Amino acid sequence: MSTLLSDTGVVFGRYLRQTLRSRISLIFGLMQPMLFLAFFGPLLQDVPLGGEGDAWQTLVPGLLIQLGLFSSAFAGFGIIMEKQLGIIERMRVTPVSRLALLLGRVLRDAVQLLTQSLLLVLFGVAFGLRAPVLGVVIGFAFVSLLGVSLASLSYAFAMRVDTPQEFAPVINSVNLPAMLLSGILLPMALAPTWLDVLSHFVPFRYLVEGTRAAFVGDYTDGSVGIGALVALALAAVSVSFGTRLFRRAGA
Amino acid sequence: MATPPILTTHDLARTFETKRGTVEAVRGVDIAVQPGEILGFLGPNGAGKSTTLRMLTTLLAPSRGTATVAGHDLVREPALVRQRIGYVAQSGGVAPDEPVRRELLFQGRCYRLSTAEAAERIEELARDLDLEGLLDRKCAELSGGQRRRLDIALALIHRPEILFLDEPTTGLDPGSRADLWELIRRIRAERNTTVFLTTHYLDEADELSDRLIIVDGGRVVAEGTPEHLKTEYGGSPQATLQDTFIAITGRGPKKDDLAPVAL
Repeated sequence: MSTLLSDTGVVFGRYLRQTLRSRISLIFGLMQPMLFLAFFGPLLQDVPLGGEGDAWQTLVPGLLIQLGLFSSAFAGFGIIMEKQLGIIERMRVTPVSRLALLLGRVLRDAVQLLTQSLLLVLFGVAFGLRAPVLGVVIGFAFVSLLGVSLASLSYAFAMRVDTPQEFAPVINSVNLPAMLLSGILLPMALAPTWLDVLSHFVPFRYLVEGTRAAFVGDYTDGSVGIGALVALALAAVSVSFGTRLFRRAGA
Repeated sequence: MATPPILTTHDLARTFETKRGTVEAVRGVDIAVQPGEILGFLGPNGAGKSTTLRMLTTLLAPSRGTATVAGHDLVREPALVRQRIGYVAQSGGVAPDEPVRRELLFQGRCYRLSTAEAAERIEELARDLDLEGLLDRKCAELSGGQRRRLDIALALIHRPEILFLDEPTTGLDPGSRADLWELIRRIRAERNTTVFLTTHYLDEADELSDRLIIVDGGRVVAEGTPEHLKTEYGGSPQATLQDTFIAITGRGPKKDDLAPVAL
C-alpha cells in the first residue's frame, strides 16, 4: 500500500510537471467552455429556462460538466504518444506499481481539471454569475469525480489502440451525444417528453442537475443527492473497470 | 568449476493469434546465460529475437515454458525479476521535452531509490557514460549517440545484474557504433553486468559477443563462441561470420543489415 502511494506520487509528479511546463494544454481545454460562456451565455439572459436560478446559474454548471467531459475523455491521447515513443514500455520493465501508472496520471488530470474549473467559474463571475461558495465547491466535487471516471476509461481505451486516428473519432462520437443529451447548454426541462426520457439514461444529466441545484443553494431538493450518488457510482465503476482494462492491456 | 547460469529458459514459447490463424513466433527455446558474459542473440528479421527478449524482460507473458532470470521465476515473480534487470528497447523511450536529469531521477524513483540515492547514481552514471554536460538539456536536444548512452544510463540506474539490449546500435553512425561497443565492454568489465543483446548485424555480434545464440524460425539453430561457430559451420576459424550465418540459416541477412562500420 505504501509503495502504491509513493509510486502514485512519483508518477503524479512527473505528469504534473509536464502539464506545468506546457501551460497551453490548460488553456486549450478551457477554450470551448469559455467560448460558450462569452458568445452563448449572453443570449440566454432574457430567455425563460424553467429553472430556479438565472441564466448564468444554469449555464455555468453545464459548462463545468462539459469541461470535465471533454478534457478527461481525451486524457488517453497522451498515452498513445508515449506508447509510440516507447515510454510506456520503459515504465513497464521497472517494478513501479501498474496501478500507480494509471492513478498518478488520473490524479494529475483531476488537478488540471479543478484549476480549469476554477478559472471558468471566475470568468463566469466576471460575466455576472452569482452563486454560493458551498454550491460551487459541490460542483467542483462533481466535476472531479466525473474527471477521474472518464480519464480512467480514456487511459484504458488508449492502451488498446495504436494511433490517435483510432482514438479521437470514438471519443468524439461518444462525447457529443452525451453532451447534448445531458442538458449541458439548456436544461432538459425544456425538452419534449421523448428527449427528456432519453436523457434520463445519460448519467451526466444527473451531475448537471445536481450542480445547477448546488449553484442556486438548493442542497436538499434531491438533485444534489442524486448527483452525488451517480457521480460516486460512476467513479467506482469506471475506475475499477479502467484499472482492469489497463492491466489487461499489458501495463 | 562451472558457475550456475544467471538466466535459463526451458521450452519457452510464444504464439500469437492473428486473423490468419495462430503464429508461433517462438517455438520452445532452451538457453542458458553465464554470469558476466556478453551474449549475442542473433538471427534474421522475424526469427523470434524480439519476442524472446520481450518475454525475458516481463513485457510479454510466455504461452508455454519456464524461465529463471537473475534468480527468480519469470512468470511467478515478475516484480523481483524487474528489480534485477535493465532493458533498453530498440526505440529507447524518453520523453523529448523532459530534461535528462529528470528522466534519470524518475527512472530511479520507479526502481524505488530515494531521491538522494538516485541523485548520487545520476552523478556517477553521468561520469561513467559521458553525459556530464548534458544533464540539464532536454532529451530531444541529444544526438543519436548521446541518446543511446542516456537509454543505457536509464537501464543501469538500479545496478541490474543483467542488461538487455535490443538492437542497440541500429540507426547510429559508424563512430557512435564503435563507441557504444566500447561502452558495453566497459560496463561488463567494471560492473560485472551480464549483457544479453539482440542484433542482426553480423559484425556487431562477432566483435562484441563472448558467445552467440543463433535463432531462426523461432528456434535456436546454433550456439557457441564466434570461433567455434566459424569452425563448425563455416569450415575454419578464419571463415567470416557471414558465411557461417548462411551455412546455418540457409540464407544471408538482408543486404541493409550489413551496415558499414569504421573499425
